[in-house]
Amino acid sequence: MKSIPALALAVTLAAALTSCSGSDDTKKADAPAGPVTVKVARDPGLDKGAIAAFDQRVTQFESANPGIDIVPQEYNWTATTFTAQLAGGTLPDVFTVPFTDGRGLIERKQIADISGLVDTLPYAKKFSPNVAKSGQAEDGKLWAVPIAAYGQALHYNRTLFQQAGLDPDKPPTSWDEIRQAAKQIADKTGKAGYAQLTQDNTGGWILTTLDYAFGGRTEKVDGDKATAELDSPQMTEVLQRLHAMRWDDNSMGSNFLYDWGGINQAFAAGQIGMYVSGGGNYGSLFTQNALKPADYGVTVLPLAEAPDAGVLGGGTLATVQAKANESVKAAAVKWIDFFYMKKLADESAAVLDAKTTAASKQPVGAPQLPVFDKATYDESLKWVAQYVNVPLKQMTPYTDKMFDQALVTEPARSTQEIYKILDPVVQSVLTKKNADIADLLKKADAEAQALLDRG
Amino acid sequence: MALRTTRAQRAAVRRTPVSWFRSGGLSTVVFLLPLLVVFGLFSWYPIVRSVVMSFQETNLVTPSTFVGLQNFQDVLNDPLLWTAVKNTLYFALLGLLFGYPVPLVAAVLMSEVRRFKGLYSALAYLPVVIPPVVAVLLWKFFYDAGPDGVFNTILGAVGIGPVSWLQDSGSAMPALVLEATWAAAGGTVIIYLAALTGVSTDIYEAAEIDRAGIWRKIWHVTLPQLRGVLLITFILQIVGTAQVFLEPFLFTGGGPANSTTTVLLLIYDYAFANSLGGEYGMATALSIMLAVVLGLLSAIYFRLTRTWSKS
Repeated sequence: MKSIPALALAVTLAAALTSCSGSDDTKKADAPAGPVTVKVARDPGLDKGAIAAFDQRVTQFESANPGIDIVPQEYNWTATTFTAQLAGGTLPDVFTVPFTDGRGLIERKQIADISGLVDTLPYAKKFSPNVAKSGQAEDGKLWAVPIAAYGQALHYNRTLFQQAGLDPDKPPTSWDEIRQAAKQIADKTGKAGYAQLTQDNTGGWILTTLDYAFGGRTEKVDGDKATAELDSPQMTEVLQRLHAMRWDDNSMGSNFLYDWGGINQAFAAGQIGMYVSGGGNYGSLFTQNALKPADYGVTVLPLAEAPDAGVLGGGTLATVQAKANESVKAAAVKWIDFFYMKKLADESAAVLDAKTTAASKQPVGAPQLPVFDKATYDESLKWVAQYVNVPLKQMTPYTDKMFDQALVTEPARSTQEIYKILDPVVQSVLTKKNADIADLLKKADAEAQALLDRG
Repeated sequence: MALRTTRAQRAAVRRTPVSWFRSGGLSTVVFLLPLLVVFGLFSWYPIVRSVVMSFQETNLVTPSTFVGLQNFQDVLNDPLLWTAVKNTLYFALLGLLFGYPVPLVAAVLMSEVRRFKGLYSALAYLPVVIPPVVAVLLWKFFYDAGPDGVFNTILGAVGIGPVSWLQDSGSAMPALVLEATWAAAGGTVIIYLAALTGVSTDIYEAAEIDRAGIWRKIWHVTLPQLRGVLLITFILQIVGTAQVFLEPFLFTGGGPANSTTTVLLLIYDYAFANSLGGEYGMATALSIMLAVVLGLLSAIYFRLTRTWSKS
């Protein structure tokens, strides 16, 4: 049990550390030349091969940049730990955040302004405008580099599909078919036919995704005024469907407290027939959860016959710690360029990355949305074609149609807070048979509106 | 005797820096200094800083602004606060029902055992040695809601279940209390066992001469002798359960549907759940309110039970 003084200590030390580490880059602008050490984020829980591939990329970078020493530090963005790390100054120098956090971090100057350095990169002007927006300050300067973009997708287990008598090459194309397939999987295999993220703001994230797929939106922004739209017919329909799948069909298994890591683990372990998450999830499933490639299938999210129906899209930004001095910032941007970006725009870099990654038996070629234009993306796929080792054929239901779907960005205002408000709503529906959906949405809407009004 | 006292008093009045130094005053300070620094820096500074922060609006980056009692108002107007208070009281109540008698019964029974006493003590204390996070992860595994879960497999063998331990608003909190009791009982058992060794054997012998059986000995000798310790562990139990954090944080994240959101988890959520910088002012305001309530509760409790504990 944690004591109040301990929690107060955590909050206060975070305050003290941050006040020491605030945006003081100008003071340290004339940092001494010489070897620079840069701590860079590496996903936690990677298997040995993935760590070896990462280390090799570090060695390649250090050989090309003798004055820079790269130190990997395990880091994974989660809503509940990020603030503490940010406030406590324990983040690596280069770390990643979702698109939803970019604008806020820039406005509060909680990350370093690397726009001058990013401008010198050859592809600086090539970012797709929608993608670039998430990493730009009000004046259009790029403080955070978009390294990956995704559209939500429906991931499914081909083996469970087969065991349930479903054709894994013909995954569901409508929400009715999803419900039917989920029931069939649950009945025939005893596993969860369909599972839903519910914790650490991911409940709201996926609920918003489903709301979009039915043509809804969670907020409407008109100038300075933002209106919550959680209590909508589309959101009601989504929750009613989930309620029916949980309570009438009993096709959602027994765990209704999944966070991102937990659901990936359960899916890779063959406990889940279908779930919704980012389309490029294959890499994490393989390197962190030992997914069997033969089990994996992915398809586009079915969209309802509604004018505004679309797929929620987001992505990842690479950012630099606010306290980094000029030398660290320069070295950090070089690392971002080398590790995340160059491979998307430069043939030799793409080949080197793919070759190194494939040699360590790590996935190459998992689908994602382009951060530049589609032509550059298609070109980059050709460069690495011979190294692609992911089961591309099993991904065709997604890759064939991913560009045809209307992509809708995440809610612009108070995104994570609104996701958090939605977490208990979806948890209620999945754990209480008599959950009053109308009342839950009414209360959540009022709470979200109060939040938006506070600004 | 009177003369000596007078001289000592005079010496104290005439104490100069030199005499203070010669009498070893400096070494006292040198010995005391690390303790004062550590205590001040890590214990009192956060408390004072928290009190200040509770009247401020801050994101820990830009300068803070004083907002008076706004944070306290915001906390009191948050509907989730009352859910958290209710849940915490529920946890405390369940903790008292399960957690308070269990170590006492175990300690009394163990004190009656003559053989393998050490082994029983070690077994009772073992859960305390396991790091709390590991214990929670282990129990999470036990609590798996599927029919293949460890507890559900056991229950299934006698035709019960499967039970949605953590996945149901009704059973989540009792499940948390069960684990917390298992994890903490060993420490209390050791305290009771130590207290029991202090009970004079003469009293037991006298009771035996009076032909008192085991239950009469426990009721008329053991429990009255443990009165002081029972009083302390009772208030520690209340204070401890009111500050429950680890179990709901790791088991359920406050869910399902906020059914395990406790006051301390709410404080954590205010401060850290919003990835872009939390409501640190609200978090510290609620911390202070909780500390004041617990302080008052302890004071009232000790005042009410003073007579009883002395008797």
